[in-house]
Amino acid sequence: MYAPNFAAPQSIDDAVRMLGADGAKPLSGGTDLIVQMRSGRNRPDHIVDLKKVPGLIGIKAEGAGFRVGAATSGAQLGEDKALVAAYPGIVEGAELIGSTQVQGRASLAGNLCNASPAADSVPAMAACGVKAVVVGPNGEREVAVQDIPVSPGKTSLTKGEFVKEFVLPALPANSGDAYLRFIPRTEMDIAVVGAGVQIQLAGDGTIAKASVWLGAVAPTIVEVDASCLIGTKLDDAAMAKLDAAAQAVCNPIDDKRGTIEYRTKVAGVMARRTAEIAFKRAGAR
Amino acid sequence: MAKIHVTTKINGEDAEFLCEPQQTMLDVLRDELSLTGSKEGCGSGDCGACSIIVDGRLVCSCLMFGAEASGTEITTIEGIANGDTLHPLQQKFLEHAALQCGFCTPGVLVASKALLDANPSPTEEQARYWLAGNLCRCTGYDKIIEAVMDAAAEMRGE
Repeated sequence: MYAPNFAAPQSIDDAVRMLGADGAKPLSGGTDLIVQMRSGRNRPDHIVDLKKVPGLIGIKAEGAGFRVGAATSGAQLGEDKALVAAYPGIVEGAELIGSTQVQGRASLAGNLCNASPAADSVPAMAACGVKAVVVGPNGEREVAVQDIPVSPGKTSLTKGEFVKEFVLPALPANSGDAYLRFIPRTEMDIAVVGAGVQIQLAGDGTIAKASVWLGAVAPTIVEVDASCLIGTKLDDAAMAKLDAAAQAVCNPIDDKRGTIEYRTKVAGVMARRTAEIAFKRAGAR
Repeated sequence: MAKIHVTTKINGEDAEFLCEPQQTMLDVLRDELSLTGSKEGCGSGDCGACSIIVDGRLVCSCLMFGAEASGTEITTIEGIANGDTLHPLQQKFLEHAALQCGFCTPGVLVASKALLDANPSPTEEQARYWLAGNLCRCTGYDKIIEAVMDAAAEMRGE
């Protein structure tokens, strides 16, 4: 009979040591891992619950940015007023993961390291320049979130490594972020397309910097060339170029949620709509 | 691996149990503690029939290992009523006929209690979104929402 080990280490060092064992898997909220274990897709020999490690749960303001513990639940993110005010797009992405019940457990690190291309929290984190702090047998390193998933279900983490926390950089002046996803229902579904955007305005109200990332349209999240937005106020011509640029980076699959053609077209629409929200938020700051 | 010894608090009382590492909290409640009010609908966190409250958070007990209960405080459907007195939500579910087969009802009640604990005055829209993770295949949801809104009003003293 299948009978894994279970351990809940209370220090980073113990967690690293335990995760160095063959067949070890980190557990944060478990909303993906437990489902995969039940279906037989994932059968770890050692389950290492990271939630007792100091710092793995919680949100700390740091300068004008934040450090967010890897296993912090979506519900906690949504209750942190300062975080919601600074990074509404990242929080709205995280809060779209599953039901209220799933929100009570699901975490940013789990969403990232499950490495689904449709992970709702990842495009906005990438657009905002969020870094994952990875710890392992060789110490600590900071990795851009978009460099963690390498293909569906696979990450760039090596044996014994796990994400400890996320660094949300100091909020740029006059900037705003947003995340939108398209699903066929109103709740509780997997993205057909997700779009995360951060926009920074110059003093004259035109766009000085823009970062646009799409989820669910390629094996990993992909960046859209948003240079067409620079110097504009999102006029129709800039929007049309953004739409085309978004469609150009799509390399989606056909599945029950959408055909390749449909996902590609919707990607353009979602990029535009999300950019519009981020632009408004930037202007309101 | 040897069974894991877990001490926790369930419905206000100290509890302890032995569990296998891969046993979910739902398995523990039903099979080890004979608390069979929490139901397994899907076993994958989609239906909400196994909803419980852990340290003030609504979760699916099928998406949590029993071993994770160590040191937590848990509320299950068995802890909702006050002795023989039904919780206002339970009473309103009866009055509004907000259940038919009843399989989803424990989960809906626990989820609704968590909603009213967090927000005593939800709008109908907030209640519907909060309960989106609780599937009911009988009622069409309207009666459930009516019962929750009515219970909320009563608990506010209106």
